[in-house]
Amino acid sequence: MNARELLIQAAYLTASVLFILGLRSLTKADTARRGMQQAALGMVIAVVGTLLHHEIVSFGWILTGLVIGSAIGYPLGVYVPMTAMPQRIAISHVFGALAATLVGVAEYYTHLRDGLPLPAPLMAALGFEVVFGALTVSGSFMAFSKLQELIPGRPLTYRGQNLANISLFVMTMGIFGYLLFHPTAAQLFYVMVGLAFLFGILLVLPIGGADMPVVISLMNSYAGLASAATGFAIGNNVLIIAGALDGASGFILSVVMSKAMNRSFGNVLFGAFGSVVASGTGKTAEGLTVREISAEDAAVQLAYARSVIVVPGYGLAVAQAQHAVRELADLIERRGGEVKYAIHPVAGRMPGHMNVLLAEANVPYDRLVEMDEINGQFPQADVALVIGANDVVNPAARNDPASPIYGMPILNVDQAQKIIVMKRSMNPGFAGIENELFYNEKTSMLFGDAKQSLTRLVTEVKSL
Amino acid sequence: MTSLATIEVYVFILAGFVGFMVITRVPPLLHTPLMSATNAISAISLVGSLVAAGSDRNQVSTILGFVAVISATINAVGGFIITDRMLKMFKREPAPAPGEKAP
Repeated sequence: MNARELLIQAAYLTASVLFILGLRSLTKADTARRGMQQAALGMVIAVVGTLLHHEIVSFGWILTGLVIGSAIGYPLGVYVPMTAMPQRIAISHVFGALAATLVGVAEYYTHLRDGLPLPAPLMAALGFEVVFGALTVSGSFMAFSKLQELIPGRPLTYRGQNLANISLFVMTMGIFGYLLFHPTAAQLFYVMVGLAFLFGILLVLPIGGADMPVVISLMNSYAGLASAATGFAIGNNVLIIAGALDGASGFILSVVMSKAMNRSFGNVLFGAFGSVVASGTGKTAEGLTVREISAEDAAVQLAYARSVIVVPGYGLAVAQAQHAVRELADLIERRGGEVKYAIHPVAGRMPGHMNVLLAEANVPYDRLVEMDEINGQFPQADVALVIGANDVVNPAARNDPASPIYGMPILNVDQAQKIIVMKRSMNPGFAGIENELFYNEKTSMLFGDAKQSLTRLVTEVKSL
Repeated sequence: MTSLATIEVYVFILAGFVGFMVITRVPPLLHTPLMSATNAISAISLVGSLVAAGSDRNQVSTILGFVAVISATINAVGGFIITDRMLKMFKREPAPAPGEKAP
């Protein structure tokens, strides 16, 4: 190992250590920022180290690529609003997986062209790289399109969908297996890439908006695994380490998310997301009435409450009402009340969505309370204010075995003294199930756009 | 080859293990920054893209590598910036000002 090679390896090792320390810093909100800045430094060190590589002889394309990439990446980092974060994360998985896939294809093409050997371990790494890569590119792009509402967010299902998906998957894996023994079958290699790409599309097609947290986490994991496979293919340890970290992280998040929706991980993996909705036969609302409340009355309840728990859902993000809710909370606190926020793990469209939105509106993070911790506090709350959340507060999950969401852990909003639900209309939520919370005698409904309603509440509370 | 591949599998498994230990301790509060952070970190595939784009092996490799460099750089630059932007927002409750009673 000559001096140059030693330097490169030292750079990679440093980067790996900084990456792990960066992720460790994320266990505490106070240390997180500095830790991630060190991780960014690690990235710079790794890139500079790579440029010393003796194989790299021409820098024109590299520099152009780095400049163009930075020119696109900078605005994507600085200007994308927090409300667009789910689609921002989804599109970044497209870029990450695309890079891995292209490197894999380039590597395969070069080996074949130069007549270099393609032993089974190398072929296995390349295969994983392009299969995970291609299906993540198309799958994440589908997720992005759904979140950005380029295509309808509802599940698109057809008869025999699972069978079609499974056969496509089996076919892709069959070709992969064949290539391990006949690595020079170039056409099959490209067919495999195409099939994996198609599989990604079909996998996400039947998945609805509310299930996006799982999909995004899963794609996060796949993008990581594709990176790790790249590391195996080109014999680079820092890629293997970073890919393994990303893969583990995405995997853990998917498990956490599917648990929070009471779905088995197998159910998630095989893309049977739409089936739960189809079988939905929960209680219907016949013969029940809801009580509507005026903004004036709601404002009185909130203004004189000593303890208020706000329950945000995707509706808060859609209405971009995070600043308005913070303003209302400030007023309540100034009058001596206490305001907390109850965060359900799958509220919103990605893991941690509500936390980021409320942090953007300057809500201190000690007020954002996780489900398990806040659930015991609802009986002491004078008012629970539900903003654009539905299935995560549906008591049917606890007490109606016929409900499709039975068994899903929920926020015990129905135990609060009074409940105010802010909702656009009486349309049922994503899962298409009636919510008996709305018909509870303690519940009053405040209809309208969440942001406008909150602004009205602010005005009313001020005038009291 | 075999022994090298074996070492790589060790590295992968151990790194995955470290990732598992560390990431299970990340609170749900920071799950979104965690996603963007791991995404930024996995933009390390830039390293592979650079080699493909710059080693002048053949035109296909150069062009594919070039596009890969662009995509990976987008994630590296954008990913770390947006993670920082998010983490900057997470603030602890300010200490109660004098004259104001603590909640």
